[in-house]
Amino acid sequence: MNIKINMQNTTNQYGWLSILLHWLVAFTVIGLFALGYWMVDLDYYNPWNKQGPDLHKSIGILLFFVMVFRLIWRSVQLKPKALKTHSETEKKLGHLVHLFFYTALFVLMICGYLISTADGRAIEVFQLISIVSFGELFTNQEDLAGAVHKYLAYLLMSFVVLHALAALKHHFIDKDNTLTRMLGYQRLNIK
Amino acid sequence: MKKLILASIFPTLLFASAFTSTANAADYIVDYKGAHASVNFKIKHLGYSWLTGRFDKFSGSFSYDAADLSTAKIEMLVDTTSLNTNHAERDKHVRSDDFLDVGKFGSAKFVSAKITDKGNDKLEIKGLLTLHGVDKDIIIDAVKIGEGKDPWGGYRVGFSGTTKIALVDFGIPATLGPASAHVELELHIEGVRK
Repeated sequence: MNIKINMQNTTNQYGWLSILLHWLVAFTVIGLFALGYWMVDLDYYNPWNKQGPDLHKSIGILLFFVMVFRLIWRSVQLKPKALKTHSETEKKLGHLVHLFFYTALFVLMICGYLISTADGRAIEVFQLISIVSFGELFTNQEDLAGAVHKYLAYLLMSFVVLHALAALKHHFIDKDNTLTRMLGYQRLNIK
Repeated sequence: MKKLILASIFPTLLFASAFTSTANAADYIVDYKGAHASVNFKIKHLGYSWLTGRFDKFSGSFSYDAADLSTAKIEMLVDTTSLNTNHAERDKHVRSDDFLDVGKFGSAKFVSAKITDKGNDKLEIKGLLTLHGVDKDIIIDAVKIGEGKDPWGGYRVGFSGTTKIALVDFGIPATLGPASAHVELELHIEGVRK
């Protein structure tokens, strides 16, 4: 095992900041999905009927800034090369799924913002900062943005499952370093 | 859980209804164009206050002759997707299948069956309300506010009406608590004579 990693990426290893961002976003997105799925069906008199959406919106806004930072960080970092053991199809698929994740996440977050700000109200982030509204930008904004937000979230989660299965396949079947290098170490004695 | 609805296409609201009124009763168009009419509602919030809202888009027409109510008639069509309580998140929720399900039931309709004079400009309007896909007879207590020539060469008459409906009667899940099982409708209608 090679444990020594730096903050910066190299051509064959993710740096710890990239790794941290990956897992931070991963758990936040899964958490936001679970919270969103759960909170919309709560009884009107359940305290979480109000707290749930407040938390969902606050975390969602913070995630947006994390994602913007992640994009910037990604663009100034070396890109670890695909492993030699990866087939061309795997490389292409992986690349497409990553592209989908970035695009879908931004569309999702923007739609979430458009739902809550359609009437001109700001979004309160943990009641500390207010994200201003641009008002109603198009007709039926909350309904259209809401539909995209919902169905894209389901689609995103199905890709999360695909992404995780692919990682596990590389780890347990191919026994390569695809997953390990996102965990901060590399198997040395691989075939 | 199907919380969100794709916005339904705004239904054509123009009325093509031909009135079979007698010579005496004049036909009026509800002044939606000039917005001298509104379809409002209110429901109790937790039993502590009134939450008010309205439907921004509707159309209607009526026949009315003060001297003879036997031929009076009114018909209103409301675009349920235009619900507006001045809060986007709530509007989206009320439009969802948790309440009005406007994706399926994009319009509500009222057609009067019998209008009775109660004296002192008061009227009782019995008719059929179609809401959330459910037909139910209701009674609207109305009062004539006034009538006469307008300054622009037309002739107008206006009414206010109220009625109270139970959500369950129209198959709308009453999940807001016992204090909020009913909705009161408040209509302000001004008609311009055709």
